[in-house]
Amino acid sequence: MSEPLLEIEGLEVGYRTRGGGTYRAVRGVDLTVARGEIVALVGESGSGKSTLAHAALHLLSRGGSVTAGTIRLAGRDLGDLTDKEWEQVRGREIGLVPQDPTVSLNPVARVGDQVAEVLVIHGVARRKEARRRAVELLRQAGIDDPEARARQYPSQLSGGMRQRVLIAIAIAARPRLLVADEPTSALDVTVQRRILDHLDGLVRELGTAVLLITHDLGVAADRADRLVVLERGVVVEEGPAEQVLRDPQHPYTRQLIAAAPSLSSARLVVGGSVAESSRPVGRPDGSVLAVRGLRKEFPLPRGAARRSLVAVDDVSFTVRRGETYALVGESGSGKSTTARLALRLERPTAGRIDFEGTDITDVRGRELRRLRRGFQVVYQSPYASLDPRFTVEQIITEPLRAYQVGSASERADRARSLVDDVALPAEVLRRGARELSGGQRQRVAIARAIALHPALVVLDEPVSALDVSVQAQILELLVRLQAEHGLTYLFISHDLAVVRQISDHVGVMQAGRVVEQGRTDAILLDPQETYTRELIAAIPGRRALAGLEESR
Amino acid sequence: MGRYVLRRAGQGIFVLWAAFTISFFILYLLPSDPAALMASGGGETDAVDPALLADLRAQYGLDRPVLVQYADALWHAVRLDFGTSYSSGASAGALVLQALPETLKLTGAALVLAVLAGTGLALASTFPRARWVRQLLSSLPPLGVALPTFWVGLLLLQWFSFQIPVFPAIGNEGAISLVLPAITLAIPATAGIAQVLARSLRGTLTEPYVETARAKGASRARVHFAHALRNAAIPALTVLGVLVGGLLAGAVVTETVFSRVGLGRLTVMSVNTQDIPVVQAIVVFSALVFVVVTLVVDLVYPLLDPRIDVRRTAVTA
Repeated sequence: MSEPLLEIEGLEVGYRTRGGGTYRAVRGVDLTVARGEIVALVGESGSGKSTLAHAALHLLSRGGSVTAGTIRLAGRDLGDLTDKEWEQVRGREIGLVPQDPTVSLNPVARVGDQVAEVLVIHGVARRKEARRRAVELLRQAGIDDPEARARQYPSQLSGGMRQRVLIAIAIAARPRLLVADEPTSALDVTVQRRILDHLDGLVRELGTAVLLITHDLGVAADRADRLVVLERGVVVEEGPAEQVLRDPQHPYTRQLIAAAPSLSSARLVVGGSVAESSRPVGRPDGSVLAVRGLRKEFPLPRGAARRSLVAVDDVSFTVRRGETYALVGESGSGKSTTARLALRLERPTAGRIDFEGTDITDVRGRELRRLRRGFQVVYQSPYASLDPRFTVEQIITEPLRAYQVGSASERADRARSLVDDVALPAEVLRRGARELSGGQRQRVAIARAIALHPALVVLDEPVSALDVSVQAQILELLVRLQAEHGLTYLFISHDLAVVRQISDHVGVMQAGRVVEQGRTDAILLDPQETYTRELIAAIPGRRALAGLEESR
Repeated sequence: MGRYVLRRAGQGIFVLWAAFTISFFILYLLPSDPAALMASGGGETDAVDPALLADLRAQYGLDRPVLVQYADALWHAVRLDFGTSYSSGASAGALVLQALPETLKLTGAALVLAVLAGTGLALASTFPRARWVRQLLSSLPPLGVALPTFWVGLLLLQWFSFQIPVFPAIGNEGAISLVLPAITLAIPATAGIAQVLARSLRGTLTEPYVETARAKGASRARVHFAHALRNAAIPALTVLGVLVGGLLAGAVVTETVFSRVGLGRLTVMSVNTQDIPVVQAIVVFSALVFVVVTLVVDLVYPLLDPRIDVRRTAVTA
């Protein structure tokens, strides 16, 4: 190994808890990043990986402090720097690429100025010169037409572009180390791939070392020279990426590898042995939902270049009973709007929707409310979709109360059996949603969705906000519930790796159109469209796997 | 933009009309008789000569049906003629305009004071490193809101006019007479601004983009002033718009305590004597102030936050 840049020894980080105790988030971690090396720190939420990253920048949130150990950067002990000295280190010696690009830029400042600010703070350039250099940095970060973009505000840029701006900020003062904290978790897989490719090229060109924090072993394996696996604040395994993947020593690492959707492949089946053909495929006419020629236009505000935006354009597909149909595409491809149209939450501009053999395109009022019983939704964010003031029991029985199903005690019984169905202990019924983890909350949302025995469950990115290991558990749960209750799913996702694990049929959406659809395995094995191929190539972990195959 | 301002002006005219109409009918419904009040000169209204009353009613048109009176008053009000004061016989509009400059000076001074002190206090209660300093200063705004204006005015008078005679106790002479009333009037407004801005700042300082700024190596002061303050200003601006109206209302108490001539005193006097034309003129003027302030605040929002587009928000508002 070449000369070490970042050396962390015996690091302990603790948070003061409300009870007056200390929560040890990082426990005795040793970690080294050599000059120009990319090291991935992998672990689930709560493993302490983000805490470690923040400790390296002296940016721990309130109540957090380094209680033991040393952090050295290029031989210099950062342990006893003053706040003023830290201001010299941050941005200049260590750059940060933060987690969520949509909230990590100052919304009221032009992006060019936000890049230039780094140069001004560290006296690299004066204001005018800094602005000119900012445009150059934006170009380096892969932004087209950087002169115009520099004058725009963050809200005018897409998530991917904002992350590029944040990369420009991080590299502006040429730090020797970049800390990238889940830099692409909030982005679509295709955007994620392009941005990571770009970052990869950039740091190798500049010789910058990177500490990449991620929960996705696939991403880590694709990008890093070395992997460090963190479990509950302790390093359980580390080594060259390829070696860790091929020959994981620790059970936790094996668990992470098994959980990563990118690294596994086939559709999940109950018990792992049920042959695909033995599942109820449904009669040929057993369609639950059929949409034909669906179109949705949104009017644009006056002064826009066009009158209206065509969000969904001539979309047709059929969801059969007991099966999973997945709509895949990037943000803005129209997949969520399509689902909203199918649920009659939006009125289509044109087209026809049949639900269980009845045309529901123009149904309204009481009839529509009766129909709504038949289709339930699980949303992306389990944090936003559960009322924090309700107990879990209230959340789960809400649809039952809304449709006046059963007596109070029957509803309580139903809540108990539903909680059992989604593998949560009965005691959660009395707890509030905010006391639960993200995975537990999503289980509650699923229990609520199936409470009324709906004919169709729409799953709108149900695992995108979750860690990969939790994702795997939720997907397994969905597959098991489908087999047990004969559920029909419409599954919305941007991630083909996830879709591959759960769906029978898939429709690939791009710019409002379904560009390709068919059986999931057929599409994945033999994609016809360039766009589908791009989506498949974007699945993280493929590079690492390919590397493994070759070396065998 | 021009269209937007035009539409807002239209809404403003509606507000003025509504204020005029509602106040007209409320005043009409009051049980006492303005003609009797005029004839008795504010004294006992029973022993007034009925012939004189009839004359007065005819002279002021009070004998006509209420809708005719309303239509007539509205027609004149459109031309900024609110009729003549029952008690002084002067034009109601002229009385308001006469009282206006002193009240403008008072409320203007109080507003400037409140914005400066409120912003200062908000920054002082969020910026210092020492937690106890922040907590101590954070407890001031609720106190300021809770203090009754008349009591603060009397206390200030007691201390700075009688015990240590620095400022005059009463009257409108020169800028020095403005100091105590302006401070009195500014205290609740200061507290309002400080509380909202401090709360907003504390929220803003936990935003992820603040961490981005710190990760750039930005100093505490830069983070606070260059990043957080502008983002936190929007709710404070909203409060400011409401506070301007509050200052007008507060002028009633303050001008009474400090025996100052002005709109507040005029309001008190005209309400006491049920001088409908003057009260109407004041109501319409106050409504106008609200309309203008709200429009200005709405036009300033997009300057603070590029995400706010007045043309778009106007459709939903």
